[in-house]
Amino acid sequence: MLGRLGIGFVGVAALVALPLVAATASEDGKPRKPTEQEWSFDGIFGKFDRAELQRGFNVFNRVCASCHSLEFLAYRHLIGIGLSAEEIKAIAAENDVVDGPDEFGDSFERPARPSDPYFQPFDNEQQARAANGGAFPPDLTLITKIRSGPDYVYALLTGYGEELPESLEPSPGTEYNPYFKSWTIAMPEPLFDDAVEYADGTAATAEQMSRDVSAFLAWAAEPELERRKQTGFVVVIFLIILAGLLYASKRKMWADLH
Amino acid sequence: MSANSIETGAGGGLVKWIDSRLPIFSYMQKEYGEYPAPRNFNYWWNFGALAMFLLVTMIVTGLWLAMQYTPHVDLAFASVQRIMRDVNSGWFIRLVHVNGASFFFIVVYIHLFRGMYYGSFKAPRELLWMLGVVILLLMMATSFMGYVLPWGQLSFWGATVITNLFSAIPLVGDAVVTWLWGGFTVANPTLNRFYALHFLLPFLIVGVVGLHVVALHVTGSNNPLGIEPKSKQDTVPFHPYYTIKDSFGLGVFLVIFAIVVFFAPDFFSEPENYERADFLKTPEEIVPEWYFLPFFAILRAVPAIWFIEAKLAGVIAMFASIFVLFVLPWLDTAKVRSGKFRPIFRWFFWIFIANVLVLGYVGGKPPNETVFEGIESFDFLALGRITTAWYFIHFLVVLPLLGRFERPLPLPESISAAVLGTQKGGGPVGSGAAAKPMEKA
Ligand code: HEC
Ligand code: HEM
Repeated sequence: MLGRLGIGFVGVAALVALPLVAATASEDGKPRKPTEQEWSFDGIFGKFDRAELQRGFNVFNRVCASCHSLEFLAYRHLIGIGLSAEEIKAIAAENDVVDGPDEFGDSFERPARPSDPYFQPFDNEQQARAANGGAFPPDLTLITKIRSGPDYVYALLTGYGEELPESLEPSPGTEYNPYFKSWTIAMPEPLFDDAVEYADGTAATAEQMSRDVSAFLAWAAEPELERRKQTGFVVVIFLIILAGLLYASKRKMWADLH
Repeated sequence: MSANSIETGAGGGLVKWIDSRLPIFSYMQKEYGEYPAPRNFNYWWNFGALAMFLLVTMIVTGLWLAMQYTPHVDLAFASVQRIMRDVNSGWFIRLVHVNGASFFFIVVYIHLFRGMYYGSFKAPRELLWMLGVVILLLMMATSFMGYVLPWGQLSFWGATVITNLFSAIPLVGDAVVTWLWGGFTVANPTLNRFYALHFLLPFLIVGVVGLHVVALHVTGSNNPLGIEPKSKQDTVPFHPYYTIKDSFGLGVFLVIFAIVVFFAPDFFSEPENYERADFLKTPEEIVPEWYFLPFFAILRAVPAIWFIEAKLAGVIAMFASIFVLFVLPWLDTAKVRSGKFRPIFRWFFWIFIANVLVLGYVGGKPPNETVFEGIESFDFLALGRITTAWYFIHFLVVLPLLGRFERPLPLPESISAAVLGTQKGGGPVGSGAAAKPMEKA
């Protein structure tokens, strides 16, 4: 029995020690851990950097959107990255959508409006696969949630170009990227210097664009983040004061009992 | 007597008129105003009120979610995203509901362990305790089905794995599973019925909570000393003494809850559930929500026994791990209730808690992974087996033996004597003093 007890306690110790072990031993089998980046929206007072989001949207719109969709984004949501109603209208109008039926019962094409969902490059998964050598470019609206933060997207986009390790078989139509789950990714390196032109004059290096688009995707996944943190700050302060007052009343009320 | 206080109270004519026909006011006055509560509750006695608060919170936020949610396999995931993005304050309501479920379990588990430590399940409170276990079961069913609703990857695969457990039932297993699913896989009919049940069960919980409170008010509350109040000196009226103390506890709870909701809303959740369900794509690991992990570990720990195949044995063990709580009042035969006066039990209690924590940790790990680097043969399956065994040994061997052989410390004369320090000799001054910081405040 004592032996069992001992093992039970060792188990508790393991609870504490294991994450430490795991962090150092992830090299074989598992994809490489993204290095932690600093983001303007980290922390209690975190806020989105509107200029960064707009640059990121620019990158997404010009580069990534030819393969990836943003299913839950509508053009009107872009108000959240600081674009004006006019700008949003213009961006929406760059793409046509199918509408209908008209009075003759026919479908017709018209320029997209702010209330329309953001443009999707493919009609269905089959079409997307056919255009990408059999691989499916996943929807990216929630990618920073699914992969626990924008660090992963940034690491993935800047993680191309390393030599394929001997242990891996080269497979046609893929590139080596140690941050991807299977190490070889069917997405060709998407960003090269000056792939887009930034309106605010920032130099469009591949690194800069990777950062910006990662920040944009973090916003797309959690547009409520800023509101949430701001509201939270006020609510928590209020609750702390409330709890303090309740504590004082409690002490006062109980004083005569002791 | 209670009618008196109504008559003298504010409200006057109308209140009296109603009360003489339907005595709700005197009932409230009696059960929540005057209800004589032991004067020595410590802060562990706050958790029942917190659970009550969370139940109401879950129902209110759930109702609001239900107004926007669409129970259809093609639309559910998107409707949850719409709640997060387009519905006014939808993100807030959803994050409270999602995290509320986790906090509900934290609070109820603490409430339950409190009962175990202080012997609150012992006579005459057996039914009160058993109703509590019924509530726990209903909560588990409710949150299991709730977790399916957003139709993410783990919603779908969790539902598949858990419902599949019923296929372990001999002979009729597969038929039962098909019946549960309403088809041959987890699909739209499954989602629909889970939604209907997820909406219904919380109201059943309200009903059982009602009985739980009635039973409580018949036997009266237990207290940290585990001795019954003997005189008026030993109790205080629930209001205002405990209403204010519970309010303070709620205030502290809300601070912690708000920090999670606003600053770490994904703290308890699995990132993979942000991926839409895909029945062609099995996730690498299917883990249930954290509050099921100890039971999940027990499920996986049990090997085939005699003619019972491993899956069925696991299911039986898992259900037994909860069923054993029903019979706890007859397993723990000690006459003394409170762990404060049970020097050996106290040790085993904390070992039990540690054991449950380790079980939970094991439940979240792949069974064939080694626990310590370098010791290949000792994997999580082995650790799970040891901790599962200990879980049952605690209830079936340790507690009955302690009831027979443990020599409890002498009990204080009365609650007031212990609290006010007027007692002569006897009582465990040491442990009383140690508990003081919590009780005083
Ligand atoms: C030529 C088409 C194409 C372009 C352009 C493209 N991608 Fe991809 N992307 C893919 C494909 C195909 C995959 C799937 C790779 C696989 O499964 O091996 C992918 C995968 C990804 C993933 C990995 C998702 C996961 O499951 O971890 C991310 C992140 C990603 N892309 C981001 C981007 C970003 C950001 C851009 C714009 C800078 C971009 N992609 C541009 C085709 C593209
Ligand atoms: C005992 C109380 C309850 C518990 C423990 C509970 C638990 C849960 C859980 C764990 C989820 C999954 C959350 C997620 O990951 O998204 C959920 C979702 C949901 N619940 Fe409840 N719930 C309770 C009461 C209710 C009630 C009373 C209603 C309706 C009247 C309700 C309506 C919903 C709806 C519509 C969803 C899906 C939306 C979503 O996933 O955000 N719940 N619940």
